[in-house]
Amino acid sequence: MTQSPQTTPISPEPPPRRSWAGRSRLQSAQEFVVPPLIFVCALITVLTTVGIVFVLGLETVRFFRVAGIGLFEFLGGATLNPKADPPRYGILPLLWGTFVIAFGSSLIALPIGLLSAIFLSEYAPRGLRAVLKPALELLAGIPTIVYGYLALLLVTPVLKAVLEPAIRVEFYNALSACIVVGVMIIPMVSSLSEDVLSAVPRGLREAAYGLGATKFEVATRVVLPAGLSGVLASFLLAISRAVGETMAVLLAAGVKPQIVLNPLRSVETMTAYIVNVMKGEAAVGSAEHLSLYAVGMALFAITLAMNIVSGIILKHFREEYE
Amino acid sequence: MSRASDALYRPRRGLRRALGAGFAGLCLAATLSGVVVLVVLLGAVLVKALALPPNPPWFAVGEQLRELAAFLSRIASSTNSPNPELAGFKAGIIGSLWLLLLVALIAIPVGVGAGLYLEEYAPAGRLRRAIQTNIANLAGVPSIVYGILGLVVFSRAFGFQALALGKMLWAGALTLSLLVLPIVVIATQEALRAVPPSLRQAALALGATRWQVIRDHVLPSALPGILTGTILALSRAIGETAPLLMVGAANSILFPPSGPSDYYTALPVEIYNFATLPREEFRSVAAGGILILLGILLSMNAVAIFLRTPTGQRAASRAIAQLGRLGWSGRRAGRSRTGLASAVVVPGPGASGPDSEVAQPTDQGGAES
Amino acid sequence: MSLDQQPIVSRNPSPAAPPAPGADAVLVARDLSVWYGSTQALRGVSIAIPRNRITALIGPSGCGKSTLLRCFNRMNDLIPGFRMEGQLGFDGDPVAGPEVDPVTLRRRVGMVFQKPNPFPKTVYHNVAWGARINGYTGDLDELVERSLRRAALWDEVKDKLNRSGLDLSGGQQQRLCIARTLAVEPEVILMDEPCSALDPISTARVEDLMEDLKAEYTIVIVTHNMQQARRVSDMTACLMLDEARGNGHRPGVLAEFSPTDVLFTTPKDPRTEAYITGRIG
Repeated sequence: MTQSPQTTPISPEPPPRRSWAGRSRLQSAQEFVVPPLIFVCALITVLTTVGIVFVLGLETVRFFRVAGIGLFEFLGGATLNPKADPPRYGILPLLWGTFVIAFGSSLIALPIGLLSAIFLSEYAPRGLRAVLKPALELLAGIPTIVYGYLALLLVTPVLKAVLEPAIRVEFYNALSACIVVGVMIIPMVSSLSEDVLSAVPRGLREAAYGLGATKFEVATRVVLPAGLSGVLASFLLAISRAVGETMAVLLAAGVKPQIVLNPLRSVETMTAYIVNVMKGEAAVGSAEHLSLYAVGMALFAITLAMNIVSGIILKHFREEYE
Repeated sequence: MSRASDALYRPRRGLRRALGAGFAGLCLAATLSGVVVLVVLLGAVLVKALALPPNPPWFAVGEQLRELAAFLSRIASSTNSPNPELAGFKAGIIGSLWLLLLVALIAIPVGVGAGLYLEEYAPAGRLRRAIQTNIANLAGVPSIVYGILGLVVFSRAFGFQALALGKMLWAGALTLSLLVLPIVVIATQEALRAVPPSLRQAALALGATRWQVIRDHVLPSALPGILTGTILALSRAIGETAPLLMVGAANSILFPPSGPSDYYTALPVEIYNFATLPREEFRSVAAGGILILLGILLSMNAVAIFLRTPTGQRAASRAIAQLGRLGWSGRRAGRSRTGLASAVVVPGPGASGPDSEVAQPTDQGGAES
Repeated sequence: MSLDQQPIVSRNPSPAAPPAPGADAVLVARDLSVWYGSTQALRGVSIAIPRNRITALIGPSGCGKSTLLRCFNRMNDLIPGFRMEGQLGFDGDPVAGPEVDPVTLRRRVGMVFQKPNPFPKTVYHNVAWGARINGYTGDLDELVERSLRRAALWDEVKDKLNRSGLDLSGGQQQRLCIARTLAVEPEVILMDEPCSALDPISTARVEDLMEDLKAEYTIVIVTHNMQQARRVSDMTACLMLDEARGNGHRPGVLAEFSPTDVLFTTPKDPRTEAYITGRIG
């Protein structure tokens, strides 16, 4: 797209210089001020990460010093009771509670989310999809406190009404939390997986249809395997969201750190523990108060690891179909 | 004519068709589960909000609506109280609106700036990749971790009493700003990426500097996209509860904050507190609070979704043009030597208006040669 | 728009489609018009594709060559807004219409695409997949080997059947796609610019392969390369853009359909002549 010089007649004399005065002072100031300014903005995002790691690391070290326990005792301890004498700071009950919620909610969210992603990317006509996608985002934008409230208001009473005659259902119980957290992350699973499935090249679908495959076969045996790594990455992101979820589990599962298999009993997650310590009257600087940072560090490390792995998988997926 | 080998194929069309239909139905049901959840959720909350007396019969819709309106306006205009008949969310609503304002003032400039740097200025290389990865990971950090960060950095200032914000509204606003920052950055980047390169090239070819190109052409055409992402980020901020519990949003605040240096509470925090109170009547108050919160969120999301439609984009660029004529950025643009400004500021016939108007002269130039 | 009482008799071609000597027609289109949304892509195309011959579809870009090709195995059904009028027949049976099962049809009318698109599976499973979903009851290993041999790929991949199909070179990938199509034993193979993404050596191999396959299969190939059409095809159909209508959009029409040597040496239609001599296109 080059402009040929012949078509524009060259004026015999150059225009007078003064009509082309240089840039105003304000403008050249902008040229110099803006780049460093927005670089600082970008730097703030980096500083946030540095701040998180620094704060958590520093306070975690202080916790180990003040509480006088070792790393092994913290990571391997099966009892968590800061009020006991001597206080016990084992994180295993919190890890267990977090795992139960993440696992249970995945059982609900992953299959439903994936099926709905397949519907959106393979079956839904364009018009319907244009309505459903924003609706999903709307659903994903509902604050988690609302889901927590729903657990108290509806899910737990219904569980009690259905199961109580046979087995005792505690007011705060893991199952109720699994249900609301699962429902909460369905839109996330389906939206992320749908992005991945839509990115599977059309050529693969056409090749399969050209061989006489039905839509079902194309969806489950060509598109899904081709997008599998991306779908797994989206699963990982959703599970990490369930791990980091606070309000819904706080309201539904309670704050009782115990390792129990029965999902109808109360458990405590890492997030709920952090809020609970904060709401309690532990003095700033005491071992109990500092323990929230150590738990926060563990939570941060777990979710970060999941997010990084998911990011790497997604990157490879995108490269594969570039 | 068909092949002899056809006998070797048993396509079992009937079975496969049934299987396909069953699977499609399953997928549809999974998709609709979201709608079901929404209906159940809203229904349960509504019923609970209407549980307080007076209790007109369920079929008296008009009366129910009147009761709901009266209930909502009562809880919106009264502050916290130990008496559920009198308790309301005035302090929380005003606190949340303050938070919203401050987060918008902090997170939007910083987030858009960071997005601009990454897309337009950062040299491709290790630094840019590192910042990019960092932002992607920040977006996945649990909100409670931001709460811990805010607690140490803002509320306590690492123990420097002079700088500590304590339980001021500032602490909550700064914490939430960091929380939504990655969302704003990512939305900005996506919007900037959608601006066609031809627009940049056309302006650069006229002798504009990089900043002039961005200020007069790139930012205006990316603005609808940035706005959409920003609104979604703000609606995330207004619903967050956990980080605010860490940085001092207290439940026992009776008076709305008078300014950003006052003590504060927020709507979702108050909902949480009412929901955990033992008396059943407070649950109804909490339900009312949820309706108010969802109402605010829904209207914000509706604006964001509207801005994404072609009509919305046109309306947005028209509004931007109006602002420009009022002498905001457009007055400078009108005089700017790039000469493209008028073409960009005047909304084009379609969503890609600015692009088509700018690209055309270049195309014709190519055709002539 | 279904095909009515009168069956399409292959030896009853429309004026624009003279019968090829010594061959009956497999695929027949009569007065076929196609729209995508409100834009018309094809108008009034009538053609009879002869059996066990290679038929080339040529014409300037945007004239509807691929659209016509994709009508024959109803791949266009997958495109939103697609609509067609006219009659289409395969082996005397209708192709369009609600009573026709496109899935069954597509097994018998196979397709090779412009860009090699092997599944992200092993070479073996790429070939076996289509046969498997179509309920093949014979020996799969033998079928895979036979198909790869017929696609002239066996010697190159026999030691890497368990490697991913994506690890092969572009030319090998395209032959793998052909082998994959052969494995479901179609009667017709539609090829949509199969060599446009390949280097000259791979192109030559695919062209040789087409010549070999002619004995058993009817091949229809879309190409924008007139030299290729001349080299490989027995019959050539030249499509052209119709003169502009009201909205400025120009649908494709069939300008001429003749034996290849006739079309390239003594074209009857002035537009064909202009196209093959390079004056339009």
